Amino acid sequence: MDFQLQCPVPLRHDTIQMAHGGGGRAMRDLLEAVMLPAFRNPALEARHDAAVVEAGGARLAFTTDTYVVRPRFFPGGDIGELAVYGTVNDLAMAGARPLFLSAGMVLEEGLPIEELKRVVESMRRAADRCGVTIVTGDTKVVDRGKGDGIFINTAGIGLVPEGLALGPASVRPGDAVLVSGDLGRHGVAVMSVREGIAFQTAVESDCGPLHGLASALLEGGVGVRCLRDATRGGLAAVLNEIATDAKVGVEAREEAIPVLPGVAGACELLGLDPFYVACEGRMVAFVAGADAPRALELLRGRPEGAGAALIGEVTEAHPGTVVLRTPLGTRRVLDLLSGEQLPRIC
Amino acid sequence: MCLGIPGRVVDVEDGPLRLAHVAFGDVVKEVSLAFVPLAVPGDYVVVHAGSGIEIIDEEKAGRVLETLRLMEEP
Amino acid sequence: MRYLDEYRDPAAALRWVERIRALVTRPWNLMEVCGGQTHSIVRFGIDELLPEGVRLIHGPGCPVCVTPVELVDKAVAIAARPEVIFCSFGDMLRVPGSASDLFRVRSAGGDVRVVYSPLDAVAVARENPGRKVVFFAVGFETTAPANALSVKEAARLGLDNYSVLVSHVLVPPALEAVLGSPARIVDGLLAAGHVCAIMGTGEYHPIAARHRVPIVVTAFEPLDLLQGIHMTLKQLEEGRAEVENQYDRLVRPEGNPAAKAVIDEVFQVTDRAWRGIGVIPMSGLRLRESYAAFDAERIFQVQDVGGPESPHCRSGEVLQGILRPQECPAFGTLCTPDNPLGATMVSGEGACAAYYRYRRHGLA
Repeated sequence: MDFQLQCPVPLRHDTIQMAHGGGGRAMRDLLEAVMLPAFRNPALEARHDAAVVEAGGARLAFTTDTYVVRPRFFPGGDIGELAVYGTVNDLAMAGARPLFLSAGMVLEEGLPIEELKRVVESMRRAADRCGVTIVTGDTKVVDRGKGDGIFINTAGIGLVPEGLALGPASVRPGDAVLVSGDLGRHGVAVMSVREGIAFQTAVESDCGPLHGLASALLEGGVGVRCLRDATRGGLAAVLNEIATDAKVGVEAREEAIPVLPGVAGACELLGLDPFYVACEGRMVAFVAGADAPRALELLRGRPEGAGAALIGEVTEAHPGTVVLRTPLGTRRVLDLLSGEQLPRIC
Repeated sequence: MCLGIPGRVVDVEDGPLRLAHVAFGDVVKEVSLAFVPLAVPGDYVVVHAGSGIEIIDEEKAGRVLETLRLMEEP
Repeated sequence: MRYLDEYRDPAAALRWVERIRALVTRPWNLMEVCGGQTHSIVRFGIDELLPEGVRLIHGPGCPVCVTPVELVDKAVAIAARPEVIFCSFGDMLRVPGSASDLFRVRSAGGDVRVVYSPLDAVAVARENPGRKVVFFAVGFETTAPANALSVKEAARLGLDNYSVLVSHVLVPPALEAVLGSPARIVDGLLAAGHVCAIMGTGEYHPIAARHRVPIVVTAFEPLDLLQGIHMTLKQLEEGRAEVENQYDRLVRPEGNPAAKAVIDEVFQVTDRAWRGIGVIPMSGLRLRESYAAFDAERIFQVQDVGGPESPHCRSGEVLQGILRPQECPAFGTLCTPDNPLGATMVSGEGACAAYYRYRRHGLA
């Protein structure tokens, strides 16, 4: 079938760059320029992490994600756990009860089978913890040098209750913005074991499931507009996505955004802004303004939500822009970076 | 230019690079203290690009902080 | 974090702002020299706190963004070679050259690695004896000692596979160029605290005297910057033009002798082109002959590689505060953050990039 690839956003490069995978502006541009025009349909246009589709009278949430993290084993987790929690979380952010996962693995020739066993064990433990079953999968092997050890793709399906329509379209001025816990642990944990910038820290990845927190809000009588898990690009990526997709402004107070001292310290040392650092088990919730206190209570009622905080609100002013109130009461724009954030000396 | 962060010297080795462990809050990093030959464990140094560039004069820092806090009217 | 958090106390910051407001009787233009100061100003919104007449001009303080196009081109040429492992501070990866940048080289298969310290690059050289490791030695005087140390260490270890591509720049000559311009509008300078921790404050006295400009060395946290601004404004209001040291908990007038000695042993002063400004004589460092074996430019024969600066770029005038970003014909058209021509758009905090971002968001 022929299709005209219309490219509304001229791309700066003609080959894929690392920035395209960074969760920032370059990635958005790539999706807008290449994937979305090719696959255009309403479910995709909703631009949510999981698509909600109808089939045979059931409302299904359907999502997929591919995991390429390096190093494969990092403080607090591994690629296997990430692969399960990441997809479970995307389903949960659509308001779905996660049910079934598939797992496709691309293995590099030479990968020790002991490592593969560890990864698979992690996946099983994570799946059990989430109450999901991995029902199908695929395994491919590529030549040594072509694969970086293991790549895992997981796709997941879950059931979405009737009448639930979470997404940017539901977000409106006056809504409250909450986070389920402190930010940036995953990015710092992974960096701490990366060659060239290694350091010692007690910080571990926050890699974990969010479906319990999501259902706590949905079943707790809170007016939930939109849920997102903060991953690559951190809090900034989520807030900017919603601000752009919902055409609203977002204002957040820096002092209200929880960051562990260990994460703050690592960020100071490397010149990073913690609001851009990756998480893997943190939910950003947009809820009706009046329901904020109740939402906070519900989140804090669960162990994985103990650090939940109200960080800001949705505004009519400056649509598409995220503004932070600094501790000095001044403003700064939390812009979407064009690619991944890098340690700096300048 | 010059992102330099203050950290506490935890231990120092002898050697041409004067490699040392410096604690920045909860983070500990190995850095070179070749340019601060007088820095000993317990001292605070500012570290830039993996190298200590100078020892913080704690007494001066204390006085500066008092001034900066402007607790009294001038 | 100790020696950091205390200098961010909001209540104290607001008291300083009141003192500044009470002090000024007329408009003043202050230039902060260092990218670290600019970063802090933007991060804490300090310019928003100052009285309307006090304008902060972001000076040429980012060695990354003033790295000439030619040097980025050399880096790209070297990094693209299959036998090379090219190590660099993260800052440099995005800086565009004439046709490419280090990120693109990496995506095309080049082995480009981010390091936190030049000594990490030496470690890479030790661990990869069959490859040639090149470190992109950029920075002001603050980074020169560490970069020099890496060369000395490589020499001490007898490594024959480590070299540096040098792009060091010096602050005082840049200040002379900015202050010496007949169109100069800068009244006072906030000098770079960590550069001075290495070099001391002696070089600034003749500059202050010659140009009748107060120069205050500051640290980087909000209280430090506000105190430094207050000290500079006080001098201006009182008609003084002296060198003062706000960062005296770290900066000694004579600087750091051990660091200066190592710089002197490994590097010598040379002419250097500054992106968007042009050549400033005796404003850079290069390797001494005795360390020629570690000079990547020679080893990889890239002396003639490198494109020219853009003829449309007027970064130099923007850096001096003479031209506002929106007054430049190339602003937002030929020159954008994704396709920057000069230093002020390359850096996220450069005046042009910052203005572009704020304008796009309707906040300017």
